[in-house]
Amino acid sequence: MDRIPILKMGEFLLVTIQVDLYDRLALTLESDLMNMVSRTEARGVLIDISAVSIVDSFMGRILGNIASMSKIMDAETVVVGMQPAVAITLVELGLTLSGVHTALDVEMGMELLRKKIGPTPTDEEDLYDDII
Amino acid sequence: MQSSTISFLKKKKKQILEAWMNNQLADATLREDLISNDDLQTQSEDLLNALLKALNMGTTDLEAESLQPVIDILSDLSITRARQGFTPRETSLFVFSLKKTFNQILQQELKDNFQLLYQETIEISNMLDSLSIVTTETFIKGREEVILRQTDEISEISTPVIRVWEGILALPIIGTLDSARTQVVMENLLEKIVETGSRIAILDISGVPAVDSLVAQHLIKTVSATRLMGAECIISGIRAEIAQTIVHLGIDLSNIHTKASLASALKLAYSMLNIEVRRGEKKFQG
Repeated sequence: MDRIPILKMGEFLLVTIQVDLYDRLALTLESDLMNMVSRTEARGVLIDISAVSIVDSFMGRILGNIASMSKIMDAETVVVGMQPAVAITLVELGLTLSGVHTALDVEMGMELLRKKIGPTPTDEEDLYDDII
Repeated sequence: MQSSTISFLKKKKKQILEAWMNNQLADATLREDLISNDDLQTQSEDLLNALLKALNMGTTDLEAESLQPVIDILSDLSITRARQGFTPRETSLFVFSLKKTFNQILQQELKDNFQLLYQETIEISNMLDSLSIVTTETFIKGREEVILRQTDEISEISTPVIRVWEGILALPIIGTLDSARTQVVMENLLEKIVETGSRIAILDISGVPAVDSLVAQHLIKTVSATRLMGAECIISGIRAEIAQTIVHLGIDLSNIHTKASLASALKLAYSMLNIEVRRGEKKFQG
């Protein structure tokens, strides 16, 4: 069965969706991603959907769910590279994904994530070590 | 139609063409400024040839396949004429004058046989009437295509997306916003955001005469779509009366950036992108 690879980049997780998401794949991605977030204690999830040309309400909801679930586990979600047609479809479906942050490309998405989570915890750990 | 009549018509082709040309040229409404006599001659000859060929196969039924070349020729001709600016009357006259010509020629030939003359005249008339309807129909279709193209062009021209600064797009909307236009606006804007990688889009509606709940809804949709793509949208140019209507209609624009003028929207965009614009010393002497 197909799986969408989840890459760990420091404290962020990077998911690049290169195929059109059908329902089962989306559900698998959701659970894989949540497992990964809890295992790696990631602070941010970046989902690149620039290659996705077709969406439906289900996928819109999955994206929203991923954002809310990550939020509970203290990770921010940024969706990047949405195609105009996809954006129009989601808006027409009434899904504005209000809990999801968005950016134009991966670079801007990373920048946004860094800004969202503030100073990295490693700095704090160093600080803590110094004090001890 | 009887084969003797058909072969007679074929034999008389040159004469028919000549008489037909004369009939067309004699008409006062002929637009000599739009079409040269040579072109008219060629067109007439093509049609007559195709028509006689179709008659030879023994049918005057419009559905028949053998008449298809004739219909094709007529369609091409009337679409071209629609674009050139002929009136429907002038276009259908092309076919009607042929009917007249056929009737004249047949009258001369069959003046001793009234029964046959009557029969053949009716048949030719019926066929040419149907062909004339086809001509008019295609003419109207041609005109409609022209109108549709112009409508598209107008909505394309009236919604230019301008790159006012690195990372900032502006879209001045002029004229009434309806669903179809908003769709074009939205698509253009989103395409341009992808193309230029701009992070901020300014929608300037100072040229929009009125905003009703539908237009407001369209605007909100556009803003949401830009947000989904990862860009921010600022609406500027909201005039006093529009602000009043929006509030009276109970439309909530509170989580959308709104500014009174394009200038202040640009200022907001600068501050969002951490760009500073300052008045400096003049470095050169004019």
